[in-house]
Amino acid sequence: MKEYSQEIRALTMRWVRRLSREKFSMLFTLVQPMLFWLIFFGNLFQRAADMQVTQSSSYISFLTAGVVVMTVLNNGLAGGVDLLFDKENGFLERLMSTPIHRTSVILSRFIFVTTITSLQVLVILGVAWLFGVQPVTGLAGVATILLIGMMFGVGLTAISMAMAFSVKSHGDFFSVLGFLSLPMIFLSSALVPLAAMPGWMGFLAQFNPMTWAIDAVRPLILQGWAEALPHVGMVIGVMVLFDALCLYGGARAFRRAIG
Amino acid sequence: MTRPVAIDVSHLGKTYDKVKAVDDLSFQVYSGEIFGLLGPNGAGKSTTLRILITLLNPTSGSATILGLDSVKDADRVRQTIGYVPQERAIDRFLTGREHLELLADLYHLSAEQAATRIPQLLKLVELEQQADRPAKTYSGGMKRKLDIACGLLPDPKILFLDEPTLGLDVQSRLRIWDHVRQMRERGITVVMTTNYLDEADQLCDRIAIIDGGRIKALGAPHELKVGLGGDLVSLTVREHDRVEQLAAAVKNLPAIRAVTAKANGLDIRVDSPEKALPAILEAANRLTCQLEFIDYHRPRLDDVFIARTGRSIKDDQPTTEDA
Repeated sequence: MKEYSQEIRALTMRWVRRLSREKFSMLFTLVQPMLFWLIFFGNLFQRAADMQVTQSSSYISFLTAGVVVMTVLNNGLAGGVDLLFDKENGFLERLMSTPIHRTSVILSRFIFVTTITSLQVLVILGVAWLFGVQPVTGLAGVATILLIGMMFGVGLTAISMAMAFSVKSHGDFFSVLGFLSLPMIFLSSALVPLAAMPGWMGFLAQFNPMTWAIDAVRPLILQGWAEALPHVGMVIGVMVLFDALCLYGGARAFRRAIG
Repeated sequence: MTRPVAIDVSHLGKTYDKVKAVDDLSFQVYSGEIFGLLGPNGAGKSTTLRILITLLNPTSGSATILGLDSVKDADRVRQTIGYVPQERAIDRFLTGREHLELLADLYHLSAEQAATRIPQLLKLVELEQQADRPAKTYSGGMKRKLDIACGLLPDPKILFLDEPTLGLDVQSRLRIWDHVRQMRERGITVVMTTNYLDEADQLCDRIAIIDGGRIKALGAPHELKVGLGGDLVSLTVREHDRVEQLAAAVKNLPAIRAVTAKANGLDIRVDSPEKALPAILEAANRLTCQLEFIDYHRPRLDDVFIARTGRSIKDDQPTTEDA
C-alpha cells in the first residue's frame, strides 16, 4: 500500500510538472472555456436569447451550467492525450517495465484530470459570479456541482484513455475527438433547453449523458434545492451506470494494449 | 565449459493476428556477457525483447530470467532488470534529474537511496552539468545517456537495451559502447537488439542472428565468421596459364584450408593470415609467378548474415525503428 501510494504520487506529480512547464498550453486550457463560451457566447446571445425560453434572468446565467459541463466534457475527452503520447514515444513502456502496479499510471491520470477539471469549474463559477450569476444553493450546491462533474469526468477520461490505447495513430485519436466533442455539445441542453430544440435534436439530446448532468447543475445554480434534488438523484444514478460502462471498456482496451 | 545462465528462452513463440512474429526461439544468455539480437526490422528481435522484459506475453514457450518466469513472476522480474527503450522514450518537459526521481519512486527506493544513487548515476553518464535542464534541450547522445542512467537506476542484474545507438552520431555511438562495456565490467548482463552489423561485431560477446522470427545463427561473432570457412585471400596471376602450377604449390602450405582455381587466379581460404600470407607469397616467388593483384578479406558479419539468411541486412535498412 505504501509502495502503491509512492508510485501514484510520483506519477501524478509528473502530470502536474508537465502542465506547469507548458505555460501557454496551461493558460489556454484554463482560459478558453470561459473566454469563448461564457464571456463571448454568453454576452453575444444575451439579447438574442428569449428569457421566456431559457427560463432565467440572463443568458449567461442559463449558459453557466452548460459551460461547466462542457469543460468537464473537453477535459475528460482530452484526458487520454498525454497517455497517447507516452504510448507513441515509448515512455509508457518504460513506466510499465518498472515494478509498479498495473493500474497506477491510469489512476494517476484520473486523479490529475479530475483535480484540474474541478479547479477549472471553480474558476468558471467565479467568472460567472463576476457577471452576476450566484449559485442559489450556495457552497453545498457548488460541492454537488463538483461531484457531478467528477462523476461525468471519470467516464469521459476512461473513454479517452481507452481510445488512446486502441488507436493506431494519434491522427485517428484527434479526428474522433473532434468528431465527438461538438455534436455532444450541440445535442445537449448546454446552449438551448431541450423544449426549445427542433424535435429530432431534442430527441437525440435526451440520450446524451451531458444533458442529464446539465439538467442537474442548472437548477443548482438558478433555482434551488427543491427543483434540483430530483435531477441530482437521477444524474448520480445515470453517471454510476455511465462510469461503469466506460471503465469496463477502458479496462478492456488497457488490458489488450498492455497485456 | 558451463557458465551460469542468466536468461533461458525455450521454444518461445508470439503470434499477432495469425502472423508469427517470433517462431520457436530457443537460446540462453550467460551471466555477465553482452548478448546481441541482430536482425533487420520486423525480424522479431524487438518482440523477443519485449517478452523478456515482461511487456508482452508469449503465445507459446517460455522465458526465464534469473530463474523467474516472465509471465508468472513478472513483478519480480521487473525488480531485477533495467530497460533502456529507444531514444525518444523521454519526457521532454522533465529534467534529467526528474526522470531519475520519478523512476526512483516507481522502483520504490527510499528517499535516502534515491539521494545517493541519482547523483552517482548522473556522474557515471556525465550528465551532472545538464541534470537540471529540461530534456527537450538535450542532444541525441545526451538523451541516450539519460536513458542509460534510467535503465541503471534500479541497480539491475540484467540490462536490456533496445537499439541503443539508433540514429546517433559516431562519437556518441562510441561513448555508448564504452558505457555498455563498463556495465559488463560491473558484472551486469546486457541484452541488446541492434540492426547494425558493426555494433553486433564489436560490442557483443555473443549474438543471435534473427530473421523471420527464427534464429539463423548463434554464437560469438568471430566464431560465426570462422564458421564460414576462414579468411579469404584472392590472387590474380599475370600469366593465366600458371594458375594450375601455383595452386598445386599453395595447396600443401601451412594454415591453408582450401584452394579454388579460377581462370585468372586463386581463391584461397586460410585459417590464419599471419602464417598463410607470407607462405603464399614465398611460393609465388619461388615459382617466379608474377602476381597482379592480391585481395585479402576477413569474413565480415555481413558475409555471415548473407550466408545464413540468404539476404543482406541492408536490403531493407529501416528509416524508422520497428514496432
